[in-house]
Amino acid sequence: MTALDTVVAGGRVGERATRLDGYPKVTGQFAYASDLHRDGMLFGATLRSPVASARIRSLDLSGVAGSPGVAAVLVAADVPGKNRFGLNFDDQPVLADTVVRYQGEPVAVVAASSPARAWDAVGRIVLELEPLPGVFDMEEALADGAHRVQEVGNVLRHVHIERGDTRSAGADVWVEGYYETAMQDQAALGPEAGLAVPAEDGGVDLYVATQWLHADREQIAPCLDLPDEKVRLHLAGVGGAFGSREDIHMQIHACMLALRTGRPVKLSYGREESFHGHVHRHPARIWMRHGATRDGRLVAVEARLLFDGGAYASSSPAVLGNAATFAAGPYDVPHVRIDGTVVYTNNPPCGAMRGFGAPQVCFGHEAQMDKLARALGIDPVDLRLRNALEPGLSLPSGQVLTGSAPVREVIARCAALPMPDAEPLEGRGAFGYPGGTGNVTRGEGIKRGVGFAVGFKNIAYSEGFDDAGSARVTVRLEGDEPVAEIHTAAVEMGQGLYTLLAQIVRTELDIDRVVVRQADTAARNTGSTSASRQSMMSGGAVQMACAQVRAALFERARSQAGAGAGNHELSVGRGWVNAGGHPLARVADLLDEPVSREAVYHHRRTGTFDDKGQGDVHVCFAFAAERAVVDVDEDLGLVRVVQVAAAIDAGRVLNPLGMSGQVEGGTAQGLGLALMEEVQLSDGAIRNASFTDYLIPTIADMPPVVSAAVEDPEPGVPYGAKGVGESPTIVATAAIVAALRDATGRELNRAPVSPDELAGLRPPAATQGPPPCPDVPGQDPVPLYFQSGSGQQRLM
Amino acid sequence: MVQTTFLQPASWPEALEARAANPDAVPVAGGTDVLVEVNFGRLHPSGLLDLGRVRELRTWGREKGRVRVGAGVTYSELITQLRGDLPALATAARTVGSPPIRNRGTLGGNLGTASPAGDCHPVLLACGAEVEVASSRVSRTVPADEFFVGPKRNALGADELISGVWIPRATGPQSFSKVGTRNAMVIAVCSLALALHPDSGRVGTGIGSAGPVPLRAREAEAFLEGHLAERGAWESKRPLEEAVVDRFAELVSQAAAPIDDVRGSLRYRRHALRVLARRSLGWCWNDYREAAR
Repeated sequence: MTALDTVVAGGRVGERATRLDGYPKVTGQFAYASDLHRDGMLFGATLRSPVASARIRSLDLSGVAGSPGVAAVLVAADVPGKNRFGLNFDDQPVLADTVVRYQGEPVAVVAASSPARAWDAVGRIVLELEPLPGVFDMEEALADGAHRVQEVGNVLRHVHIERGDTRSAGADVWVEGYYETAMQDQAALGPEAGLAVPAEDGGVDLYVATQWLHADREQIAPCLDLPDEKVRLHLAGVGGAFGSREDIHMQIHACMLALRTGRPVKLSYGREESFHGHVHRHPARIWMRHGATRDGRLVAVEARLLFDGGAYASSSPAVLGNAATFAAGPYDVPHVRIDGTVVYTNNPPCGAMRGFGAPQVCFGHEAQMDKLARALGIDPVDLRLRNALEPGLSLPSGQVLTGSAPVREVIARCAALPMPDAEPLEGRGAFGYPGGTGNVTRGEGIKRGVGFAVGFKNIAYSEGFDDAGSARVTVRLEGDEPVAEIHTAAVEMGQGLYTLLAQIVRTELDIDRVVVRQADTAARNTGSTSASRQSMMSGGAVQMACAQVRAALFERARSQAGAGAGNHELSVGRGWVNAGGHPLARVADLLDEPVSREAVYHHRRTGTFDDKGQGDVHVCFAFAAERAVVDVDEDLGLVRVVQVAAAIDAGRVLNPLGMSGQVEGGTAQGLGLALMEEVQLSDGAIRNASFTDYLIPTIADMPPVVSAAVEDPEPGVPYGAKGVGESPTIVATAAIVAALRDATGRELNRAPVSPDELAGLRPPAATQGPPPCPDVPGQDPVPLYFQSGSGQQRLM
Repeated sequence: MVQTTFLQPASWPEALEARAANPDAVPVAGGTDVLVEVNFGRLHPSGLLDLGRVRELRTWGREKGRVRVGAGVTYSELITQLRGDLPALATAARTVGSPPIRNRGTLGGNLGTASPAGDCHPVLLACGAEVEVASSRVSRTVPADEFFVGPKRNALGADELISGVWIPRATGPQSFSKVGTRNAMVIAVCSLALALHPDSGRVGTGIGSAGPVPLRAREAEAFLEGHLAERGAWESKRPLEEAVVDRFAELVSQAAAPIDDVRGSLRYRRHALRVLARRSLGWCWNDYREAAR
């Protein structure tokens, strides 16, 4: 096994620390999960349902029997424990038993001596299916008599938020809009992969690229009918995640095969399988009405949200909770009515993706703000400034902003960032025009546009989750040099967390050599690498553990120095414990025994929604504003994004280099949804499950990003820092499409915008009006009312 | 389990013999199409005939008014070495994939795959190129517009390999334009090549990714050739009337036979071809007029 212990070089909090995994990654030396290897290992392959909705009539394995090299073929009946798992509810089968609910749902798994033999065996399984009706449209899912995707019905959750009375809001002007966003793929460059190794104690060691080791184990162990301690997870090299690794994919399958065969089993998806193997960003339909007074005061927002959750719950209920609470935007609105529904359909399951419900509603509320600005004759940036939230004001859900909320600052800073230099229309070279290398224009048809968007999102988990962070810091001697070791279960997925944790240790203990141990479940649960939370949560735990280590060193120094320490305050620096600024004891001399401390960091407790959707549900918020400048070829409907300017609320910047990486990468992913990224479906089947046909932006599509960090520390949070992994993505889509509207004058109410729409060949997305709200028992996810088990919550 | 035989001839005669002896083996040049198909599980070849060691295929040379480009010449080589002789082909090569793909992928491989979206094909049609094919028995040439016989099907016999392509050197302005929904590394939604041949009074067109095979817009060619001849425009070099450009663009658009698919709509493809035809003709005719000054 390749050790992932990482010695991190250089840098304290606030410095531009370079990533030690950067060099190995660009030179091909970093071991990703797909590179895992054990001598004598078997290779797994998965039989998946070719259709989206059917009853399993029979599963004939006789064709596989005796196939050379095949060690095991497992079906639903072979699942040792319960055949259900899930992040929020265990509603998803490990292997489909009676029916299949989406195209690509796993039905059987095979282990064989080579990948080719495993796939050959999969091809010999005869799966006989009886077609069932399916629901492929989220509005149809709500219709009376629609095919029920799950026993509980098709409504997975409905959230209702009501404040004031929009009908008596006193608005002079109303604007109305309908918006759609498509299903987006996280497109992590490393497909799902892992290696399960059976252990002598009857348990299993699983090496896997994931986002949350403990949540995986919590779902895996009951399916294997093993106690938690016999299921040990170790983090393998993660090739990006963006939410796609929050759910179980190959974990249980690989463990089942390893336990059955008694041999290590590797399961590694290809790109096409990856599209079927993880959840996607929810497609959304959004109806909005905004009311304002003539002087530009936003007084009312009505929003109806409909999200397609696909066949299984995943984290859809939490995504919807987010979308509903952010639907009115980062604005002060006295009268609000928001109704959000997420439904089950026979489309591929949707769940977590960077932004987690916020990008969809941001696309809607920001288009509405532009509409309102036009209707009122007010500058769109000015209208946003006038209505911006600030500390002391509250969200539609009644939550008062008690922490940092620099909404005006991000808007003003963004608007003040320099515009791109003027360019002549002719002679720009390929990358200066829409269409890029395609050589389709020399300046013909080009219109420039500018768009602006503001958005926000919660940091850490909401609605009562206590997703604590945890870390152990050990200081010991190596030769004559003190070395600090960080051991956590926190996942580094390419965002730079380990670099950051080492910066914290260096800052707190003034020790240069820091080692980050491979993350595993031997460490305490520290929550998911998602929700922009790890800087705060695992960072906070590391900071606390460092404080305890420091205290222990001080105690040793005092007892070694006896009365010499006096009553001076002790500090640590340059390898010494100092008393009142004078050297007291060498740190190295205090380390005959290593010092090791574990700390747990909790964020402040949050609550749940009441029946009016009121509640203190979020921990704290990160805000962002982006301005996009675009060139559109109006005749061909092609786009070049010329520049994106970003002002990002970071609380406090811990690593400026890491921050620019997040802002640029996050913007690229938002650009993708604005211009090209869409999982296209036909009767629930993915039509473009490849990087040939599912396009993500290339460097030729990415503009320069001019960014500014707004530093307004969050009180009560380590260093006052806020995660910045998601907020740029949330606003980028809205800002770029706003710029396209500005350039073309077209409505463009659907993301991604197609060339057809930009060229005027296709009308805007149409609607017959918002669907009626479903009748539900309350604000909680519907399966809860049917006593379905809850997932992650049990970990807390 | 399918066993794949891997054949790696060291010379052209060996390659032709191997081809004759293994008609089911799939020829591989750069592998940028074949290996993708294999990886996707859409192609399960019983044999692979690797042409990468055949040096004869890697050369190109001028002969009278034509350039003979060996089938193994890569896109990168077309861009760096043949920009002057074959400007539209170099432009088309530049639109293919990413640098690693262009370093591996070859002109012959593009023709072997014969995808309707192959980037070089419209240029070969517009330039009146001929594809040189050979078997161990005989060698022959096939005009580019007879080479593509169906979606991903070409006129190659079971015992034949593509040895090279004969392309007339540019005697007038040429252009190639490709529409895709991102600005690089994209399969064409549609594409158009235009070549003006002032010496012969001919106009060449090629349409990509808007029909089952790469297409010539023959009516558009004939219309423009007729108009230019009739008005003595080749000699007078006067500006083209808006109506002529529009008519040409309309005929190009009508010549296409596009469909709706994941990459684009039928309607958009026809529209975009009209736009590309108008722009391409404008650029080429303008270049022709400028060059004369």
